[in-house]
Amino acid sequence: MSVLTYLIPISLFLGGVGLVAFFWSLKSRQYEDPKGDGERILSDEYDDHPKA
Amino acid sequence: MTVSPAIGAASAASEAFEDHVSASACPACLAAPSAEQMAKSGDIKGARLMLSLPTAHCAVCITDVERELARQPGVRSARVNLTLKRVSVDAEHGVESAPLIAALDRIGYEAHELDAGMLSATETDKRGRDLLMRIGVAGFAMMNIMLLSIAVWSGAEAATRDLFHWISAAIALPTVIFAGQPFFVSAWGALRGGRLGMDVPISLAIILASAISVFETIKHGHHAYFDAAVMLTFFLLVGRYLDYRTRAVARSAAEELAALEVPRATVLRDGAEVVVPVGDLRPGDLIRVRPGGRIPADGEVTLGSSETDRSLLTGETLPVYVGPGAMLSAGEVNLTGPLTLRVTAAGKDSSLHRMADLVAMAESAKTKYTSLAERAARAYAPIVHLLSFTAFGVWMWLTGGDLRFAINISAAVLIITCPCALGLAVPAVVTAASGRLFRKGLLIKDGTALERLAEVDTVVFDKTGTLTMGTPKPENLGDLSAQDLAVAAALAAGSSHPLARALAEGTVAVGCAPATLDDLREVPGYGVEGRWQGQIARLGRADWIGAAPGNSTATHLKIGAQAPITLRFADSLRPGAEVAVAALIAQGKRVLLVSGDVEGAVAALAQRLGIAEWHAGALPQEKAALVADLTAQGARVLMVGDGLNDTAALTAAHVSVSPASALDAARTASDIVLLGQDLSPVADAVGIAVQARRRIKQNFGISILYNAIAVPIALIGLATPLAAALAMSASSITVSLNSLRLK
Repeated sequence: MSVLTYLIPISLFLGGVGLVAFFWSLKSRQYEDPKGDGERILSDEYDDHPKA
Repeated sequence: MTVSPAIGAASAASEAFEDHVSASACPACLAAPSAEQMAKSGDIKGARLMLSLPTAHCAVCITDVERELARQPGVRSARVNLTLKRVSVDAEHGVESAPLIAALDRIGYEAHELDAGMLSATETDKRGRDLLMRIGVAGFAMMNIMLLSIAVWSGAEAATRDLFHWISAAIALPTVIFAGQPFFVSAWGALRGGRLGMDVPISLAIILASAISVFETIKHGHHAYFDAAVMLTFFLLVGRYLDYRTRAVARSAAEELAALEVPRATVLRDGAEVVVPVGDLRPGDLIRVRPGGRIPADGEVTLGSSETDRSLLTGETLPVYVGPGAMLSAGEVNLTGPLTLRVTAAGKDSSLHRMADLVAMAESAKTKYTSLAERAARAYAPIVHLLSFTAFGVWMWLTGGDLRFAINISAAVLIITCPCALGLAVPAVVTAASGRLFRKGLLIKDGTALERLAEVDTVVFDKTGTLTMGTPKPENLGDLSAQDLAVAAALAAGSSHPLARALAEGTVAVGCAPATLDDLREVPGYGVEGRWQGQIARLGRADWIGAAPGNSTATHLKIGAQAPITLRFADSLRPGAEVAVAALIAQGKRVLLVSGDVEGAVAALAQRLGIAEWHAGALPQEKAALVADLTAQGARVLMVGDGLNDTAALTAAHVSVSPASALDAARTASDIVLLGQDLSPVADAVGIAVQARRRIKQNFGISILYNAIAVPIALIGLATPLAAALAMSASSITVSLNSLRLK
């Protein structure tokens, strides 16, 4: 069972990475226009700044 | 978004109002006074304008709108938010929204100005993000704890189980403390207020589950409910967030639709024109109102003659001639000539304010609607507490005082009955339904509006501006010779009177080129005059032209010594009005038409739309009284109206709808705002609301069913953390899926 000493911290760490990524996406306002973001990919205009 | 652009937007918006006053005669673009608007304005470089785009729906719309706006002078950048159907424009100081709206209109996009109450909008965004963050934390914790719990459930023993319980505790306790705060705060508030809301059993269950799990962990027990505590928090937060978002989206768009008010008036003091806030007007002040401007206070005309449009106050479509001595009410729009007024009543005494009093009265007469969720919570909270305490008492007695066992049972009961599904039952359906309505162009301002809409059996429509567009269209252009038409077109181009503008647009539409006129001039209050091939040509009022006055909306043309020609106008029907009325009648609703307009116009419209019951010449009080009467007879009334004269009736109705072009006061009074021009979604909305209510009831049924199975198991002491987790997630997921079935 000593493998648990590695696996549990690893799983918590990976989960934590996901959580931090979620915070980042939230802070950079990526959930404010889900519909528009989906449509924008069809636009020909090159958009270097995804978020206003 | 920071604070400063929001204030900038406020200042830009208030400047935009001043521009409206001088440049636009569109009655829907102007409205009554507000001192509040003034207070918000400030001088800050750069402005952020918000425009609502009800018709935007695809990638091409985004590109078109952004490109067109970026081309406008002074605009730095524009960004469309398709989810909220609005565009935020970053512009230099002094850029106004009116030209931007006009530019969008030219490329075929309907746009409305959104108010600069952006400060509060950012606040609410922050709350939404805060809730999302708590959901994220709870979700993270739930998954990790579940991973450990599954190991325990599948047979981890002794030291391993204890270790897993300890790790779970280390994750769960901070999570519950952080993510559960919204429930704890509101439960505490309810308890202090002596109430027992839904949040009290929720908080109790979360806290009890955590506490008992810690205790069991210390005692090397078999069962720990850490996963249940966190899962509970997660699902309930999701429900809370859906609920919040529905309200926030509606609030931000509906209440920020531009206030469109005249915050200032031009006062003559010692012969000089001074601009003052409307709130500072005193009876006896002399005020000047330019053509296109809205009358800021009640007054008597002392100088000048003109015509006024009082359609938003009374529903009359015909402009009214005014000259010295005429009494005007605040809210009327001056159409053709400059007027000087002596203020007779301002502020609290003005007719606008009396209208507001009428609304306040209707408001207080209205009984508070108890939503399905509130009713469920009211029944639910006591039952749950009772069950839990009974279980505790009975097991104490049965086991002869085994406190640990009894507490375990009562916690299990609390956890299992905890309203995950109940908490999701209403918000999930309302979110799905309001999303569908939003795509159809309807904005729900009030959470219970959907439920109230489902109960409607009687629909009362206003005429001007609701069933009709409130803009006239020439009817008999075909009767004119090409030559007369050309002269009429040239004369019409010389005035900004609504009829003249409608005529000018009408002649362009039939492909007529205006004739060349000399000495073109507008005679305020009468019409336009010019010289065509040496003869005097006039377009205007019947008595000025020498024509017989009629009782329909008309203007008259006379060229030289020819007999006068009457040009008749009809108010054009709002698109979708026929469909909406027909669909409502087909649904078995009783449909009524109530208007302040003259009998002929109302009767004609009623006949055209197939409405059997109609009332003409109704005063604002009479409209409200009619709605109150219907309500007293047991009818559930849906009122659809746009004018100030409808405001009291809108408030008195069970549920109300107003178009986006409506006056601010009317929009505020109504529960649902129609974003586009089309009226047909109103009928669909009723159908969707009925369906939504059915789904909500089904959801309650589902959660009751789950409880009926799980509670007895918990009561007899057979509930394990696994059973609790299964019941909780299964019921929440079924309820969510059922809500998504809404078609």
